[in-house]
Amino acid sequence: MMGRTTFLGSATFLKSAAFGLVMSTGLLLGQTGAEAAAKTAITVGMAIEPAGLDPTIAAPVAIGQVTWQNIFEGLTTIDKDGKVKPQLAESWQISPDGLTYTFKLRQGVKYHNGVAFDSSVAKYSIDRARGADSVNPQKRYFASIDTVETPDASTLVLKLKQPAGSLLYWLGWPSSTIVEPKSAADNKTTPVGTGPFKFVSWSKGSKVDLARNADYWNKSISLKLDTAAFRFISDPQAQAAALKAGDVDAFPEFGAPELIKSFEGDKRLTTVIGNTELKVVAGMNNTRKPFSDKKVRQALMMAVDRATVVEGAWSGFGTPIGSHYTPNDRGYKDLTGVYPYDAAKAKALLAEAGFPNGFTFTIKAPQMAYAQRTSQVLQAMFAEIGVTMNIETTEFPAKWVADVLKAADYDMTIVAHAEPMDIDIYSRDPYYFNYKNPAFNDVLKKVEMTSDAAGQEKLYGEAQTILSNDVPALFLFVMPKLGVWDGKVKGLWENEPIPSNVLTDVHWEE
Amino acid sequence: MISLLIRRILSLAVTLLIVSLLIFTVMDLLPGDPAAIMLGTSASPETLAALQKQLGLDQPLPVRYLAWLAGVFRGDLGQSYTYGVPVAGLIAERLAVTLPLALIAIVLSVAIAIPLGVQAARKHNGVFDFAAGLFSYISIAVPAFWVGLLLIILFSTMLGWMPAGGFPGWDAGFLAGLKALILPAVALALPQAGVLTRVARAAVLEVMNEDFVRTARAKGVSDGVAIWRHAVPNALVPVFTMLGLQFTFLIAGAVLVENVFNLPGLGRLAYQALSQRDIIVMQDVVLFFSALVILMNFLVDLAYLVVDPRLRAGAQ
Repeated sequence: MMGRTTFLGSATFLKSAAFGLVMSTGLLLGQTGAEAAAKTAITVGMAIEPAGLDPTIAAPVAIGQVTWQNIFEGLTTIDKDGKVKPQLAESWQISPDGLTYTFKLRQGVKYHNGVAFDSSVAKYSIDRARGADSVNPQKRYFASIDTVETPDASTLVLKLKQPAGSLLYWLGWPSSTIVEPKSAADNKTTPVGTGPFKFVSWSKGSKVDLARNADYWNKSISLKLDTAAFRFISDPQAQAAALKAGDVDAFPEFGAPELIKSFEGDKRLTTVIGNTELKVVAGMNNTRKPFSDKKVRQALMMAVDRATVVEGAWSGFGTPIGSHYTPNDRGYKDLTGVYPYDAAKAKALLAEAGFPNGFTFTIKAPQMAYAQRTSQVLQAMFAEIGVTMNIETTEFPAKWVADVLKAADYDMTIVAHAEPMDIDIYSRDPYYFNYKNPAFNDVLKKVEMTSDAAGQEKLYGEAQTILSNDVPALFLFVMPKLGVWDGKVKGLWENEPIPSNVLTDVHWEE
Repeated sequence: MISLLIRRILSLAVTLLIVSLLIFTVMDLLPGDPAAIMLGTSASPETLAALQKQLGLDQPLPVRYLAWLAGVFRGDLGQSYTYGVPVAGLIAERLAVTLPLALIAIVLSVAIAIPLGVQAARKHNGVFDFAAGLFSYISIAVPAFWVGLLLIILFSTMLGWMPAGGFPGWDAGFLAGLKALILPAVALALPQAGVLTRVARAAVLEVMNEDFVRTARAKGVSDGVAIWRHAVPNALVPVFTMLGLQFTFLIAGAVLVENVFNLPGLGRLAYQALSQRDIIVMQDVVLFFSALVILMNFLVDLAYLVVDPRLRAGAQ
């Protein structure tokens, strides 16, 4: 971290030196300063328009992708490597029993409306998220908190009912950002935060405009952008056209892998392929026959050639996974070798489970391209071992949420799970997999009882291994982050350990 | 005449009331709970219940219907679940895009279709007629959104003359706004123009053989005058009828074209609201579209009275 800071610092220095040189040369040559000056505005494209701009009251990741770290900040934050860092909390102390968290809060922080940040604001925000009327999508993250105390204006004490080893990480999430009481009710339409950018306007259906917060508290960051706009373009063809025409400067999550090749001839644009947290898994109803038999699930896993799935579904972009975990996540283990592709073995195992002639079932697949294409590839692969899979397209999110997530009325489904570090969904009850393994639940409980990082990583490794053996879902691949942007735009995140478009470091290369 | 108007207006109101009931029922039958969609995959049942209460979704169906209807009468269309702003404002904002788009498309399609149809009728079975026929078949067969994509590739990506989509807003200047609407309007107008060309041609052909046109010719007026002063006005009734009927398709086409061109219009609002189950927005937008179509048909009926004195006589 230190090294990076220094490097960034010197890079900034070099850049300003270079800028000065360019400026003076420009003046010598009699050019106007405006021509030589770097651009200070950026237009970032997004596929989905957020449903409101308050990440603490609704789940869609698009909300955080506009507001998190740009408008709203949390007690902690998560950096581009997925690590927890201090933000509105300068530092913290955890009692030896893991039940008391004492945060030292940053002073001199002001909201965009002038309200000062202090412990009472932090307490209000946390109580709002965990209260009875809370509609916070991650309310369960606050369930371990017993009381919130404010001994003085810059100290916040959280007393827990039971240890929560992931608390600091959870506090960095978009849904945990700290909002102040006066503006909280209107944040959905006019968000007010402490971040480096202020909300300017939202042309519904079109774009959100932000402007630099001149009073930003973190003076160690020199913001290069004066204004930023998020433009919403859902159609991939229109996304590509907007990029090529220069209407948007960057599309950090371009929607169609099959169109990536079309940018190759364009010298102005650069393509950056990174990782997301989107785990594409084909969940199975673990209480419904024949999926209640572990051997059947394992056989189906062995019938799948993940590389071919990635090729067929996402034009070869994406990383195969063997569990519900991504290479971004701490303690990641590559478990694709536990049940590798082997059609003959799969057929034998299926016979052992009592299905020598296979069986027939239905997959409820959302309409999105990745889900449809993956289903078709899986259909062909299962046919190889005598299993017939029918594809039933199920409208996402509405019908999928109702039928699969809520009612668990399905055989198999396929969906990309967007939430980072959500391996705990396999311990939730009820949850649509209907997977119940006390040993797995124990491991996750131990993660929360452990506060040191190395111990947690080891436990996460165990959890991944259990899942890769039990195969409650077919673990397929992690979606790539297909970033396409103007080659002169620097500072956008390559990977996405948390869904976001952090603009703090973004600048135009001169 | 007046009593006819009153009767038409009354039936208009009754139709709208029935339509509102239908819309409400269909929206309720749609699978999916807006609160569940907003809260994603992690929310507990209590959180879900809290949000349902906040949105008023815990009320019984008839209560919700009557509340909605009462609101509509007062001019209060409710609050969007996803945007959190009044729906009336949303519709007004979007109308500022869709209305000009539809108007330009209508004017464009009439401007293409009438000269083309009339000329095809005059030279019927000739080369021009054949070419016009080919034009209409192709433009009817090719979907508007695909034409839109071709236009984007040609004029935005390759030539760079036009924006590739999006809308700068009218405050960015009238010309900038107009520029953003031209390609989508062309995409929307072409299929309409195809249909209207066929209708205009057939109507003119039919009228051309009528006695009064022959009489006009016999009196010695030129071919052009016989057509434009005598045949065309009489051929306008079917053209107007078709225009009214096509209006529904124009709105439907706008949904697709607005998505391709990424225009923040009413069609895209409807599409977004449907996928997010922003039911209140859906209800309002569909009701608005229905009212528009019903009103349009009413206006077409009125237009008959204007263009066709015979109907006017019958109405009195």
